[in-house]
Amino acid sequence: MSAHSAGDAPEMWTTRLRRRAVDALPPEKLLPDTQPSYVASWTYLFGALTIAAFLVVLVTGVVLGAEGPQWWHVSSTGLFLNSLHLWSVELFMAFMVIHLWGSFFMAAWRGKRALTWITGALCFLGSVGTALTGYVIQQNFDSQWISTEAKDGLNSVGIGSFFNVMNYGQMLVFHVVLLPVVVSILVGVHLLLVRRRGVVPPLDAVTDEAQEVTS
Amino acid sequence: MSRPVDPAQDWAGPTRPYDLLKEVVICVIVVTLLTTGLAVVFSSPDVPQITLSTWANSKPNDFVATAATELDGTSGSATYGAPYNDTKDAAMKLGPLELQRWAGVTTRVDSVNDFVVRPLSGVPGAPDLTTALDQWKAADRTQQQTWASAYDDALQKATDQDPAQVAAGDYGPVPVMLTSLLKMAQSGGLDGALLTQGQFYRTDYTRPLLFIADGTYLEDRAVGEHLAGEQWGMMNETGNYPGQAWLWLYTLWYQIEPFKSSGNADALVWGLMMLLTAGFVLVPFLPGVRSIPRWVPVHRLIWRDYYRSQRTSSTT
Repeated sequence: MSAHSAGDAPEMWTTRLRRRAVDALPPEKLLPDTQPSYVASWTYLFGALTIAAFLVVLVTGVVLGAEGPQWWHVSSTGLFLNSLHLWSVELFMAFMVIHLWGSFFMAAWRGKRALTWITGALCFLGSVGTALTGYVIQQNFDSQWISTEAKDGLNSVGIGSFFNVMNYGQMLVFHVVLLPVVVSILVGVHLLLVRRRGVVPPLDAVTDEAQEVTS
Repeated sequence: MSRPVDPAQDWAGPTRPYDLLKEVVICVIVVTLLTTGLAVVFSSPDVPQITLSTWANSKPNDFVATAATELDGTSGSATYGAPYNDTKDAAMKLGPLELQRWAGVTTRVDSVNDFVVRPLSGVPGAPDLTTALDQWKAADRTQQQTWASAYDDALQKATDQDPAQVAAGDYGPVPVMLTSLLKMAQSGGLDGALLTQGQFYRTDYTRPLLFIADGTYLEDRAVGEHLAGEQWGMMNETGNYPGQAWLWLYTLWYQIEPFKSSGNADALVWGLMMLLTAGFVLVPFLPGVRSIPRWVPVHRLIWRDYYRSQRTSSTT
């Protein structure tokens, strides 16, 4: 039995997967140390700020979840953690909305980047759903009012028959497990697509062939 | 010589150094500091929850009036339709679509028994109540309805809906049952009874929340906190906190006609928002919408350095 290099075994699923992954996202694209010269605006920062806020949301949410849903009502430390979670969510949503508007006005879906836009839009929608489930599991007056009001909209289109915002247990699972996993996957795919396709060039951009960088 | 850039191709023009990792780390530090600052200065709201006990003690007349509507089947919950019961023509419609009804009854709520009769059946040592419940259970549904409706009507006419001011009449066991339910709620017993429904571990608050929402106490408190629908409450939060500001478009429709006065407002607004949401996701494929960035020169601001350098190079 002879040893094979990866190049000798193209029929292997693992080999094929690795090749396709490396072809789509070579290291210099995955972790770039240069960017096109037109990537020079504060607008671009809001993508990174959104990711940063998302990380803070996750970390504070994990601590709140680990201590249990009652903790923040009876502990000053818990209340502070809840405050961190709330404000990181507010920042996350604000940064993401600015990032979305920036991407819209850059027509960032051009050049086979439609899926990048779609995953970004789905990240926003998933985050709205996650935030709603967070509001209805607060176990206070806000959650009572929001859940009894939100039920009418959800019921009116049949969603409420399966997604009951007054069922605390169901909402807790959605908020701390299911939706964060979905949003995290969407964010991951979105980032990989951004790295794969690169940052969209300016509208009506032209290039001077004499300046083109040969690779 | 210059040529148009194909956005699908890798950029072949000039580049600049870019430290991705450093940018992300700095952003995390900045956001953490910003979040901490906001949390220290503003904290977060935590207005205590309403219980059936606080409601029954604060607004006993409203509690009894609500319980009377549960008993005669005219409350919001009793007449809601899917997913709580089979009330005919109660479900909202989206044009010809009856999505609410089609989704079916998945959390069955029997307001008479779930909210009144079953909790009272667990009250020990109350001979008057036992007699009243026996009388209620022995009667047929028509007789029960007659008693409950007569009492509900009389209560609506009484001063301040005060049970003590109800005119004399044939109400059967209803007054005793509702007085007992009020006492049970005031003592805190009804909160547990509605939640547990005979089980130890429960995490579904549908029934107690529906009962509370059938009264006016919850809504009055919400209006006081600027949380009602006509107050753009969907995007508000108790106190002066920003709430779910991202729901501004959703709540906007409830402020204007034809949604504002429609009996199908929820279905119409949700239908419209689902349509707009699909459009939002599919912007790259919508003719006209996808061209807006070309017509609105915001991109000239974002890429002003690039366009300036292009102008410079074209004039030299």
